[in-house]
Amino acid sequence: MNTEITGAEIVLKSLAEQGVEVVFGYPGGAVLPIYDTLFKQNSIKHVLVRQEGGAIHAAEGYARSTGKTGVVLVTSGPGATNVVTGLTDAMMDSVPVVCITGQVPQHLIGSDAFQECDTTGITRPCTKHNYLVKDVNKLSSVFHEAFTIAQNGRPGPVLIDIPKDVQFAKGSYIEKNKIVIPSHRLFEPSPSFENTKIEEAVEIISKSKKPIFYIGGGCINSGPKASKLVREFIDLVGSPVTMTLMGLGVVASSDKNSLGMLGMHGMYEANMAMHECDVMINIGARFDDRVTGRLDAFSPNSKKIHIDIDASNINKTISVDIPIIGDVKKVVEQMLSIWKNKNYRIDQENLKNWWTKINKWKEVNCLSYNKDSKQIKPQYAVQRLYELTKNTKTFITTEVGQHQMWAAQFYKFEEPNRWLTSGGLGTMGYGFPAAIGAQVGNPDALVVDIAGDASILMNIQEMSTAIQYRLPVKIFILNNEYMGMVRQWQELLHGGRYSESYTDSLPDFVKLAESYNAEGLRAKTSDELDGVIDQMIKSKKTVIADIWVTKEENCFPMIQSGSAHNEMLLSKDQKQDKKSAEKGKILV
Amino acid sequence: MNKSVYDAPDQVTETKRHILTVLVDNEPGVLARVIGMFSGRGYNIDSLNVAEVSNDENLSRITIVTHGTSEVVNQIEKQLLRIVPVHTVTNLDQEGSSVEAEVALVYIYVSESNKKKVYHLCDFYRARKIENENNTTIFEIAGASDRVNRFIKEINEITKVEIVRSGPVAISSIEKNEEE
Repeated sequence: MNTEITGAEIVLKSLAEQGVEVVFGYPGGAVLPIYDTLFKQNSIKHVLVRQEGGAIHAAEGYARSTGKTGVVLVTSGPGATNVVTGLTDAMMDSVPVVCITGQVPQHLIGSDAFQECDTTGITRPCTKHNYLVKDVNKLSSVFHEAFTIAQNGRPGPVLIDIPKDVQFAKGSYIEKNKIVIPSHRLFEPSPSFENTKIEEAVEIISKSKKPIFYIGGGCINSGPKASKLVREFIDLVGSPVTMTLMGLGVVASSDKNSLGMLGMHGMYEANMAMHECDVMINIGARFDDRVTGRLDAFSPNSKKIHIDIDASNINKTISVDIPIIGDVKKVVEQMLSIWKNKNYRIDQENLKNWWTKINKWKEVNCLSYNKDSKQIKPQYAVQRLYELTKNTKTFITTEVGQHQMWAAQFYKFEEPNRWLTSGGLGTMGYGFPAAIGAQVGNPDALVVDIAGDASILMNIQEMSTAIQYRLPVKIFILNNEYMGMVRQWQELLHGGRYSESYTDSLPDFVKLAESYNAEGLRAKTSDELDGVIDQMIKSKKTVIADIWVTKEENCFPMIQSGSAHNEMLLSKDQKQDKKSAEKGKILV
Repeated sequence: MNKSVYDAPDQVTETKRHILTVLVDNEPGVLARVIGMFSGRGYNIDSLNVAEVSNDENLSRITIVTHGTSEVVNQIEKQLLRIVPVHTVTNLDQEGSSVEAEVALVYIYVSESNKKKVYHLCDFYRARKIENENNTTIFEIAGASDRVNRFIKEINEITKVEIVRSGPVAISSIEKNEEE
């Protein structure tokens, strides 16, 4: 016989059955029954953030660093609207998150009640799916379906809105295994359908003269085994490989085949190779505009193979020759076995010539910058951070802007899931709460948020969270007193008129840290840098390291908007041709 | 194909009208999800029709008339399929043979001078007069949109009218097995 329990108890029971260990949240009137139930149990830990926006980024950081689903619990009205940015971020970057919001009791819905808003209406376009649960007896099945949808296919955020009366009402709990989710509500591409295309793709790769693998975040979402298989396949082919911002770590940075990141601030050799390749193998990437540059000049002479779990990514911006819809892990596994069974081998002479060409591009040394003996160059700061942390299990998160690109360029990732950054949405304020989530999921690891002075202030209130839960997160601020990327664009495209991009009245970050009872460190010159980084790593506390870097340094190389892969600017002295500059100015 | 911040390559196909029929779970918010996808991604809806088609399975059929190049419409279909309660999306134009029909109700301002012409035209188009309590002249015409368009054009030439149209619904006319 099924005993009846309250809706709030069903929520907690569903979370427990789904294996949830931690919930990031903030209480309020419409979720009090759930918080009351939370109080009476010990299996699920709650991390109290200081603004709901922090909760969802923390859940994202937790999810991306552990491979589990992040869970958020917030109240109605402002609680719900504050998570909208994070939901959109998770949607764009395919992060599995389940967000529970309280709602005013059903009889008040539509009456403009206190802290009422149309949560499912507002979040419909920024979630994979959302629910307003009106019947307590449907609550457990909604939860189990929500977790499945969040993780299934291309992962993403799912929101469950629960009116307060439903939290109090009594109903019966249904176990996960008793719930059948109709197949149309999930995204399972039929594998047999794609078989012949996979064979064709492998054959094309085997006959290529100038292949390149273009690896995206889908490989990370497909699980650690996918990265292993991708590495093995690339190794067998002997082809160069480039990764998107979201795909860093799938192939080790030190791998002989790796050309590093591609795209707007990617490596010169990676972009040139993309431009000149004859076969492009896109695995789990989506031809984002930061990657492709000008579309009509994107890799003009290549056959394009595109492996993606989301059919809507196929031919969305770039039309491809061989689309394969499926999970990276399964598709690449098949590709590997076909390659081995048929004893395929690329013509080594051609491959050698291709590599010779690539090595010539490498000689450009696109990441070079003017070193300075006194001032800390931001690039140098990231390089030193890498050198001093590379032997520790380290997770790097970032905010958004120049520091993010320098982190992507100069920090070398050897493994997947170690690099957490807001790619699609470009959310300033992501990095610090994401670092908190990553530290909660990986208590023994070193977690560093490489931040900018402007971005860090967007969620600085989460210092309290880090301190309360004794999370030794390290905030490494590349402080140039500017919104650096905005300033760079203003310099390059708007005649150097730095409209509102100077961050005046910054706090004293050392004193700020100390006021939270965290540790504050500062490096003003190059010779202080290593000492500060060492002290930061050694410290058992939350640390803010305020690194004073060259103020008007620009992030290069760069494909300016409106330009193509083979039109990269390597330094300030080069200029984009006027026509593309004018066209590019109106783009983002 | 044209959904990027960068210039798209030259359009390869011409823009034309497409009828999409979308089978969905009849649950709250499903219509908002579908039309929100159209407005959010900048696609066009020329007309839209929703009705429950099965009581026991709780299914609704949404018929959407849109226009775009085949690349755009292809993208619309794939975006629709991402919506959780969507079962199937069928592009009836691509399938080839389908039948479509819509209903228009037309309030006609009739006077002694035009009465004969009006009734003659309605008769020609097999529009049916709907009796009503106020005894005004309201006709119903059903059929393919082209036919309704022609009727409206011609009646407009005779007299003033007020029109409501349902927008088309359509169904594939291809032979099917009963088990399917």
